[in-house]
Amino acid sequence: MKKDLDRRRFLKIAGVSMGVGALYTVWPSLGPSLEAAELARRLGNRTGERPTPFTFAQLSDTHVGFDGPIGTRALEKAVETINGLAKPPDLVLFTGDLTHDTEKPGEHAARMTRFREISERLTAAKVYHVPGEHDAGLDGGELFRSVFGPTSYSFDHRGLHFIALDNVSRARPEVGAEQRAWLAKDLARFHKTTPIVVFTHRPLFDLRPDWEWFTSDGDQVMNLLAPYENVTVLYGHIHREDHHTFGHAQHHAARSLSFAFPDPQTVDEKKALAFDKEAPFKNLGLRVVSQTPRGVPKAETVRVQDVELAMNEYSGTEGFSQMLKPATF
Amino acid sequence: MARIALALMAALQVVAGPGARAQERRVVAVTAKRFEFSPNQITLAQGETITLRLESEDVTHGLFVRPLGIDVDIAPGKPTELTITPPKAGTYRAICDHFCGAGHGGMKMTIVVEERAAGGI
Repeated sequence: MKKDLDRRRFLKIAGVSMGVGALYTVWPSLGPSLEAAELARRLGNRTGERPTPFTFAQLSDTHVGFDGPIGTRALEKAVETINGLAKPPDLVLFTGDLTHDTEKPGEHAARMTRFREISERLTAAKVYHVPGEHDAGLDGGELFRSVFGPTSYSFDHRGLHFIALDNVSRARPEVGAEQRAWLAKDLARFHKTTPIVVFTHRPLFDLRPDWEWFTSDGDQVMNLLAPYENVTVLYGHIHREDHHTFGHAQHHAARSLSFAFPDPQTVDEKKALAFDKEAPFKNLGLRVVSQTPRGVPKAETVRVQDVELAMNEYSGTEGFSQMLKPATF
Repeated sequence: MARIALALMAALQVVAGPGARAQERRVVAVTAKRFEFSPNQITLAQGETITLRLESEDVTHGLFVRPLGIDVDIAPGKPTELTITPPKAGTYRAICDHFCGAGHGGMKMTIVVEERAAGGI
């Protein structure tokens, strides 16, 4: 076994934006070779589970209850689309703002229930959530926890370690010292090559601080993750697709399922993009979602009608990928 | 000689006291309530040290302006004061960064820092 094997060839997470989110495919990119099997075995020994190909989806900012023209239609369409995939994803991650807050007694809970009713139609094996500030900013996450459980947690799936981070429940855009201490402890048991996927609501870097597109202690969180070579951070909040790479970490934002924000590089005011009744899913629409292990998109696995990007399947994030590199064992 | 001068200056400061300096300092009051700041624009001068006096009329708000180093919570019934000296002229957007309800995302104000005139403040 060559120790100097091209580390980039081993395992890959590739994402295709669905507009409402993104579907990620994880696969060992060496193909069915003995070399791949050996690498998988060695990495499996490190992490407790051998990485095997799977897909997962990220959906975000559904804002159930928001008084907008789209209502829950985009969320329902996303659920239908995911359920209609030839090979449904193993996991669906919701990255916050599931609901739009209200102080009308009982109404926020009703919105959370409505969100849950729709999202429970997902046939994916497992669905995970983190809160957004509209879910948890006013009550410190009490309602969210009563429905979905803890606001931060971690789990392993097929050789990847997933970490749900809460950067909204303290009302301010921050993770907080207590959660950072938990994160440090959570990470400690992993080898530096373990593929790690963090999912959270707000960006963990200064994307546009004067639009509140940041996390005040995001640097400290990323410092904890810095020793790890294969880190992907998935977030929402900004209602638009976005991709950044800093050091070993790649950061990807999913679009919203309610309304879209403009590119912060092109305008000064944070103002939702106008709704176009002729194209109701514009900037929200689903994108095609399948890839083969060779990285070739297969559009026919998804049938999405009247969705803007259905005719433009390969735009956006097609092609963005993160290489998950094994260590020199 | 220099040591004597320093000691004299320190003594003068003690006599004048921090209260006297604060009296000379301009105080700019800003009130926060959902989902606005009042006034929604203030004008400062580059290099001018001022006291920002912040009050909330309802719930806890925040005031955040990264370039000016402002990041404070404003709790109701608990006026908050901070001293700032804007180092650079410009127009800055201040936002509430303590989630305060459905209109939170639009709660902002403008801080204009005017260039310091030669021999000014």
